[in-house]
Amino acid sequence: MDAHVAQLQMQYRNYILSLYQQGFLDDQFTELKSLQDDGSPDFVAEVLSLFFDDCVKLVGNMARALDQTGTVDFCQVGANVHQLKGSSSSVGAKRVKGLCINFKELCEAKNYEGCVRCLQQVDVEYKTLKAKLQDMFNLEKQIVQAGGIVPQVDIN
Amino acid sequence: MVMAAEPQFHVLAVDDSLFDRKLIERLLQKASCQVTTVDSGYKALEFLGLREGVEINDPDAVSTSPVIHQEVEVNLIITDYCMPSMTGYDLLKEVKESSACKNIPVVIMSSENVPARISRCLEEGAEEFFLKPVRLADLNKLKPHMMKTKLKNQKLEEIETPSKVESGTVAAVVEPESEVEPKQIYLQVVQQEEQTVSNNKRKSVEEGLSTHRSRPRFEGITTAV
Repeated sequence: MDAHVAQLQMQYRNYILSLYQQGFLDDQFTELKSLQDDGSPDFVAEVLSLFFDDCVKLVGNMARALDQTGTVDFCQVGANVHQLKGSSSSVGAKRVKGLCINFKELCEAKNYEGCVRCLQQVDVEYKTLKAKLQDMFNLEKQIVQAGGIVPQVDIN
Repeated sequence: MVMAAEPQFHVLAVDDSLFDRKLIERLLQKASCQVTTVDSGYKALEFLGLREGVEINDPDAVSTSPVIHQEVEVNLIITDYCMPSMTGYDLLKEVKESSACKNIPVVIMSSENVPARISRCLEEGAEEFFLKPVRLADLNKLKPHMMKTKLKNQKLEEIETPSKVESGTVAAVVEPESEVEPKQIYLQVVQQEEQTVSNNKRKSVEEGLSTHRSRPRFEGITTAV
């Protein structure tokens, strides 16, 4: 059983490292993890849940704003991008944040095609991240169920 | 019953985003602070007893003012800048323009690095301006600011209730050695402040702290801060 736990732990470590290396997460995510403790054991999960709820809401708002057959309110789109940029930055969602930075510029330039494309990318990106983090949480659960402790992964 | 040796700071956090409120709350808890979160500048003013510009030290208003202000001490206000209807800057102004609350340190947070915005806030009296995402290290910088208000309140308590003062009490940094619960002390302080505000007692104490050092025993504390 120990070998199994050790294997799971190694898998977990490698997985986390790959998420950072591939740019899905940045050091803000590390900061969030450090805020979790015995008193608040589900903090990261709760914050991520709020973040993904935000994503659904904001992407929905932007899709509606860009779907106007009349003039598109780029300020409205921009306001939503601003919010998404803020929360992705606070959660360590590096790729989503990066897309938002581009998106903001496209809104300011009132580039309709660009905005539509960027919104699609944002949609794909946050869903990808969500799936990856779900895998991460599943690994954590497996480790605990196998009687092990979830290791602290040192990114540096 | 506050028995801990380390002072408990109470922070009022203001942000319209639930997500950001959750984050700042956890950060503050991790920094060993008591936290109250509100989602707007108006609610913050309500909590502070400054709603609709009615100040607590207005003698006519005292009897009708919300009880909250008299029982809860706020050592720091941390607010988001970008909020609908009332911005963090507006809130900062209201706080700094009120006699009752102007000494509470205010910190502004923003996800945007706009130098003009930052200097405007600092000029209006904000202690710090943090770029989001705020980190634990940023909050630890705030302890000296919060310590100032706690010490100030303790000093006021000493002035108002000299019989309670022991020679060692205030020299030790904020150790609640007296039997009276700290909360009650602040309650007395606030009530007496309100009754005697026309004497400008608080103002003279403030000046004493920053300039004259009229009470030598405080010198070490203020400079240490």
